[in-house]
Amino acid sequence: MTESPAPETSQPMVRFERVTKRYGSLVVLDELDLDIARNEKVAIIGPSGSGKTTVLRMLMTLEKIDGGVIHVDGEPLTHMERNGQLVRANESHLRRMRGKIGMVFQHFNLFPHMTSLGNCIEAPMRVLGLSRREAEDRARELLEMVGLRDKMGHYPSQMSGGQQQRVAIARALAMRPKVMLFDEVTSALDPELVGEVLNVIRRLGEEHDLTMLMVTHQMGFAREFADRVCFFYEGKIAEQGAPAELLGNPKEERTRQFLSAVLEAS
Amino acid sequence: MFWDWNYAIEILPILARASIVTIQATLLGFVLAAVLGLVFAVLRMSRARWVSLPVAALVEFVRSTPLLIQIFFIFFVLPEFGITIGALTAGILALGLHYATYCSEVYRAGLENIPRGQWEASLALNLSPYHTFRDIIIPQAIPPIVPALGNYLVALFKETPLLSAIAVLELMQTAKILGSESFRYTEPITLVGLFFLVFSLAAAWLIRRVEARLSLSKV
Ligand SMILES: Nc1ncnc2c1ncn2[C@@H]1O[C@H](COP(=O)(O)OP(=O)(O)OP(=O)(O)O)[C@@H](O)[C@H]1O
Ligand SMILES: [Mg+2]
Repeated sequence: MTESPAPETSQPMVRFERVTKRYGSLVVLDELDLDIARNEKVAIIGPSGSGKTTVLRMLMTLEKIDGGVIHVDGEPLTHMERNGQLVRANESHLRRMRGKIGMVFQHFNLFPHMTSLGNCIEAPMRVLGLSRREAEDRARELLEMVGLRDKMGHYPSQMSGGQQQRVAIARALAMRPKVMLFDEVTSALDPELVGEVLNVIRRLGEEHDLTMLMVTHQMGFAREFADRVCFFYEGKIAEQGAPAELLGNPKEERTRQFLSAVLEAS
Repeated sequence: MFWDWNYAIEILPILARASIVTIQATLLGFVLAAVLGLVFAVLRMSRARWVSLPVAALVEFVRSTPLLIQIFFIFFVLPEFGITIGALTAGILALGLHYATYCSEVYRAGLENIPRGQWEASLALNLSPYHTFRDIIIPQAIPPIVPALGNYLVALFKETPLLSAIAVLELMQTAKILGSESFRYTEPITLVGLFFLVFSLAAAWLIRRVEARLSLSKV
């Protein structure tokens, strides 16, 4: 077999290699392997405490890694190569890698003392070095895209949960990430506001080149939107596959139990 | 006569001039306390033990020793190490340092009240620690603690008479000199008390105005 350099596109956008995460003696991720292709949309489902949030938080470097390596865009995330060896990444490497990733949180985490426009221009100005004009132009475009053209001057406290979450999505997109992480972004919303946020995510997936990972309990949305669904159980992927297959015809008993429990609840 | 109006009116301008020194010491001391207090609070939050521990020790030490001793230390002991400073400067430094330790506790409470999600969102947006503090954390942490900081401003003001111990010509020292010259203490000391009352009330009013402004701008 001849060795040829893999073309850009065949390399996964995100790769977890035997990634382990512990809190004290509790093993939250147990040598997790997971590859996510460029522009792939992956839905993560699973029972509470199975490590879904942890996967996203590790990618965002909000948690430190206890074992294994995470690669993003072909480069190790929390490690870097030095003299052919993998060593712990320094701050400048971490910052460069973080720039490839954006995250939307369950509780929005908007900056309450800034308007929606202010929320969306802060990091582009401070981190990307855009001028206020450039940052505002980009922010306006994004806020318009998420349907908040008339809310640019509003503070978070003046908006509904659905509107706040859409600002949070625009804020993350303003940093031009390659990977977007969504952690149960509709769980804190009143039922009638869930649709407007999911619609924005749907459009994002259609119109932008983005790799998307989303933890969700919205099985209907996962089925229609995701390319692949991963079922997490006790820090491992117990089963994964195409949404129709995994959700309609699960092979594992645990998956079946989980899905019927979710179905019953909704 | 128990109260001599002529004498009181005669010394009023002298005391008014001295009150400028008192106010100067108060404002400069408080600016120092407010800035240094924030620095202490931020350094104490550092995850590097070799930063946070010495700062915590310094804060505890300064807080648990009398201000008067610190004033004497800065004025009389530092010159032994070749650092000579004027009495007023020494007094301002001592007041500022002492109240910085109190302010740092107030800041710390304010900083700890910022939800973790704000830090995480800042990190996720790749903001540097500097910008995170400057643009995200501190603007949210300060407004709720303005009343507490204001109380320390008034407390610091009321402790400026301690500077008379190193002969700073502030209100108290001036009153003492006037008294020893005329052998009348009633008028100078009473007037000094009145000065403090008026300025304290003015400061309290100002702080309430600032509070109101802040709660308005927060929406
Ligand atoms: N900071 C922490 N300290 C200790 N344990 C933690 C911490 N964060 C998470 N855990 C534990 O790690 C496990 C996995 O947590 P994680 O948040 O990833 O679960 P999840 O799959 O997102 O669950 P949920 O559906 O409830 O959000 C849980 O048992 C949780 O209690
Ligand atoms: Mg979770």
